[in-house]
Amino acid sequence: MSNWSLIIYCGIITYLTRFSMIALIKKEMFNDRIREILSYVPSAIFPAIIFPAIFINDSGLFQIEDNPKIIAALIAMIIGIFSRSILATIFSGLASYWFLIFVV
Amino acid sequence: MKSNLNVFLKGIMDVSPLMIPVVPFGLIFGVLAIDIGFSPLETMGMSLIIFGGASQIVLLQLFSGGASSLVIISSVGAVNSRHLLYGAVVSEHLSDLKLIWKIIISYFLIDQAFAISNEYLKKNKQSNKYFHLVGGGATCWVIWQSTTFLGIVLGEAIPDKLGLSFAVPLTFLALLVNDFRKLINVVVIIISGLVATIGFNYIPFKAYVIVSALIGLFTAMILTKVIKK
Repeated sequence: MSNWSLIIYCGIITYLTRFSMIALIKKEMFNDRIREILSYVPSAIFPAIIFPAIFINDSGLFQIEDNPKIIAALIAMIIGIFSRSILATIFSGLASYWFLIFVV
Repeated sequence: MKSNLNVFLKGIMDVSPLMIPVVPFGLIFGVLAIDIGFSPLETMGMSLIIFGGASQIVLLQLFSGGASSLVIISSVGAVNSRHLLYGAVVSEHLSDLKLIWKIIISYFLIDQAFAISNEYLKKNKQSNKYFHLVGGGATCWVIWQSTTFLGIVLGEAIPDKLGLSFAVPLTFLALLVNDFRKLINVVVIIISGLVATIGFNYIPFKAYVIVSALIGLFTAMILTKVIKK
């Protein structure tokens, strides 16, 4: 398969994941119970992106010792909980990560 | 009622803090794609046609590892299957729109735009509130395309020692800060995160994202039922 066909197929499948539910689901299908469960979608998806990015290293192995990302993420989380600010969370995490890899 | 432009601008404003980590992410993608052997045109094509950061990085990883096209396409689909859930959540607010708007908005249904507009759509009642999602998505589109381009042009001039890829999980962490205060959310977060970490190497086709998300949602379904009684 050429690179371009690969890219286009990946694009089509990605677009379909975005479009299908919007196209298929009707307003009448919603009730309070479904709304309640769907309100947990961010809490259910985002950790699946966050955790591996922190705990799995570049070689694909689980790494808990000597891993500055864990500490930096914890600091970012604590700052985030108290500040409720997206920017403060991101910057405190990056700043502590840089401090840990460049200074300590 | 607020004008369409006002709502669109509000979407831009709300999404802008989330755009800061997208900058290094886009640069890294551009640099990596060229490094692996894609042409500049193909690299731009990926960002324009797929327009999904995490899945584009997965594409590169698998491609450089010599995976077959079928594996790459299904992995991209699995990583992006989280949009099915985003679509399900926002569809309630979009169901009265014309098909052409559904087609356009779908292209912009990305993590960051979903995260900020999900709240906005729930709180607001006016009929043009979907412009918020378009504003957030379009902002991300501009940043993603321009940083991909910069990554292609700047190439090796960007030091990878900075660990800028760490900005990506931090963005998603920042999107959850309000959920850390609620017990059920915390349990769902931990379960989904653990399943993803353990499943990362064992669940085929990078489907760990959607598998963890569904297990997380299932947990929420049980907990909300048990705790209410």
